[in-house]
Amino acid sequence: MTRFLVRRIGQSILVLFISSVVVFGIYFVGPGPNQVARQFAGRLGTAARIAQIKHELHLDQPIYLQYSHWAWNLLHGNFGYDYYKGQPVGSVIAAAAPPTISLVIGAAIIWIIYGVFTGVISAVRSRSLMDRSFTASALFFYSMPTFVLGLALIWIFAYKLSPVTTFFPFHGFVPITTNPGQWFEYLILPWLTLALVTAATYTRLTRASMLEVLGEDYVRTARSKGMTERRVITRHALRAALTPVVTLAGLDIGTALGGVIIVETLFGIPGLGWTVIQAIQQQDLPIILGITILAATFVVVANLVVDLLYAVLDPRVRLY
Amino acid sequence: MSMPELSSAGMSETLIEEGAAPASKKIEGRSPWRLAYERLRHDRAAKIALATILVIVLLALLAPVFAKILGHGPNQQFIDIGENANGGPVPPSGTFWLGTDNNGRDLFIRILYGARISLIVGVLATGISVVLGVVLGLAAGYIGGLVDTVIARLIDVMLSIPFLILAISIAYISGPSLFLVIIIVGVLSFTYLARIVRGQVISIKSREFIEAARALGARPWRIMFVDLLPNVMAQVIVYATLLIPAAIVFEASLSFLGVGVPPPTADWGAMISDASGFFQYGYWWFLFFPSVALLTTTLAFNIFGDSVRDALDPRGAGIYV
Repeated sequence: MTRFLVRRIGQSILVLFISSVVVFGIYFVGPGPNQVARQFAGRLGTAARIAQIKHELHLDQPIYLQYSHWAWNLLHGNFGYDYYKGQPVGSVIAAAAPPTISLVIGAAIIWIIYGVFTGVISAVRSRSLMDRSFTASALFFYSMPTFVLGLALIWIFAYKLSPVTTFFPFHGFVPITTNPGQWFEYLILPWLTLALVTAATYTRLTRASMLEVLGEDYVRTARSKGMTERRVITRHALRAALTPVVTLAGLDIGTALGGVIIVETLFGIPGLGWTVIQAIQQQDLPIILGITILAATFVVVANLVVDLLYAVLDPRVRLY
Repeated sequence: MSMPELSSAGMSETLIEEGAAPASKKIEGRSPWRLAYERLRHDRAAKIALATILVIVLLALLAPVFAKILGHGPNQQFIDIGENANGGPVPPSGTFWLGTDNNGRDLFIRILYGARISLIVGVLATGISVVLGVVLGLAAGYIGGLVDTVIARLIDVMLSIPFLILAISIAYISGPSLFLVIIIVGVLSFTYLARIVRGQVISIKSREFIEAARALGARPWRIMFVDLLPNVMAQVIVYATLLIPAAIVFEASLSFLGVGVPPPTADWGAMISDASGFFQYGYWWFLFFPSVALLTTTLAFNIFGDSVRDALDPRGAGIYV
C-alpha cells in the first residue's frame, strides 16, 4: 500500500512536470512573448521599447531559466504574476474558482441523481417503454454538442418563455454569498446544460452495470429469501452496481475543470474556463500555466482517489 | 489474414450445427464477421442511421451541384435580396430554402458545404487517432517494459491537460486552418483507443497461438500486426465508429470558440457561433438549421456505432466504450 502510494505520487509529479513543460514549450514556439510586449508598447511602440518590456517581464531570458524560475516559485506556493495587471495568479484563480465550483458541484448532483435513477429504472424495467425512452434520450443528449444544448435552452427558457417568466437569466454569475436566490437562478441553465450532456453516460453505465448485477447468484438468493423487490434492488443490487459509476463520477469531476470552458463561455460565467480562454487570447502565460497545472492536478488526484476508492469498495482489488 | 482464435470458435459451432441439421441441407461455417454483419443487417435503427449518414454524405458531395442549380455560391453575399431592411438575415423562402445568415449568404448552401468540413474532419481525424492508438497500443502491450512506461506516461500527460486548453493554445499560436484542426483533433483523441488496444493485447499475448508464432521465428512486428491486430480489430472498429461523431463535435466546438476552420469557410460550429448573436432577435432559422444538421449527423453516427458494437459483441460485455 505504501509502495503503491509512493510510486503513484512519483508518477503524478512526473506527469505534472511534463504537462507544465509542454504548456511552456507551446507558448514559446508561438508569438506569445512578442505579442505581449507589443500589446504593452502600444501601436507606436519602437523596437527598443518592445525589447525593454520583454526584459522587464523576463521574457528575453533563456527558456530553461524562465522555467526554473517559475517552477521554483511554484514550489514555494507562488503561481507568479500575470503580465498585464501584475496581479498574483493565485488570487486570479481564487477569484475564478467559486463560479466554477458552483457550476460543477451543482451539475454533478443533477447528473449523478438523474443518471443513476434513469439507469436503475431502465435495468429493472428492461425493454419497457420507459427503458426505451430513457435509453433513446440518453443517446440524444450524448450526441448533443454542449453549445447546441446550451443555446437551445437559452432560446426556449430565456426567450420563448420570457413573456411568462423571467426566472431564467442566462448571462453572468452571482456569488452565493451575495444573493443565494439569484445565484440559483443564474446557474439553472448552465447546470442543466452540463448535467444533461454528462448524464447520458451515467444512464447507460448504470443500466449495463445493474443488468449484470441483477443476474448474479446473490441477487437470486436475496429474492428466494422472500425479500421485497424494492429491498433487493436498493440494498443488494444497487450497491454493487454503483462501483463503476462512482469511478466515473470521480474521473468526471476531476476533468470537469476542462469541460466547463464552453459552458462558461456560453453563459458568461467568470470561472476558470472563461479566465483561461481570455488568458490564451492575450497570451498571458502565467495564468494559462496556473490554471492548466491546477486542472492537471485535479485529474491526477481524481485518478489516485478513484484507484484507492476501488480498493476500499471492492475487496478483490489489491494495490501494489 | 489468420485469425486462429475466431476461426476455431466458428468451426466448433459448425460441428454442433451439423449434428442437429437435416442431412439434405448444406452446412456452411459462418465467420464471426459474417455473423456480426447478419445481426447488423436486421437492426432497424442501424439501417435508418446508415441511410441518414449516406444522405448526409451525398448532400455534401452534391454541394457544388446545388450551388450551381440555385446560383448561390457558399461565400456569395446577397446584400440586396439576402438581407432585410436592417441588414439582418431573411427567412426561408423559394430563393433561399433555409433563409440567409447575417452576411446575406444562402444558409442551405453553406450547411451543405459545412457538411464537407464535418465529414472530412470526422473521418481523417479518426483515421489519425486509429493509426496512433493501434500502433502505440500494440507496442505498449506487446513490447512492454520501458516502451509501455513511456507510452503510459505520454497518455497520462495528454489526459491530464484539459484537451480544449491544449487545442485552443495550439490553434491560437499557429493560426487556425483546416489541416491543423484535423491534426489537433486526431492526435488528441487517440488516448482511450491506445488504452483499449493495450489492455486487449496484454490479455491475449500469452495465448498459445502467439507462443507458436514466436516459436516459428516470427519477428515482433509480424506478431503485432499479423497475429495480434486481427484479434483486437473488433474493438478498434467499434471505437473508431464512435470516434467519428466525437471528432465532429470536437471540431465544431473549436470552430464555435473561434479557433477552428477560419472564415469565410462554411462550418457548422462557426455558423452556430455567428447565430448565437442573432437568434434572440427572431432569426431562429439561422441558429436552428445548422444545429439540426450537426445534431442529426452526430446522432446518426452514434446510433450506428452503438449498433456495430451490439453486432460485434451481442452479449454486451467486453467492449464497453
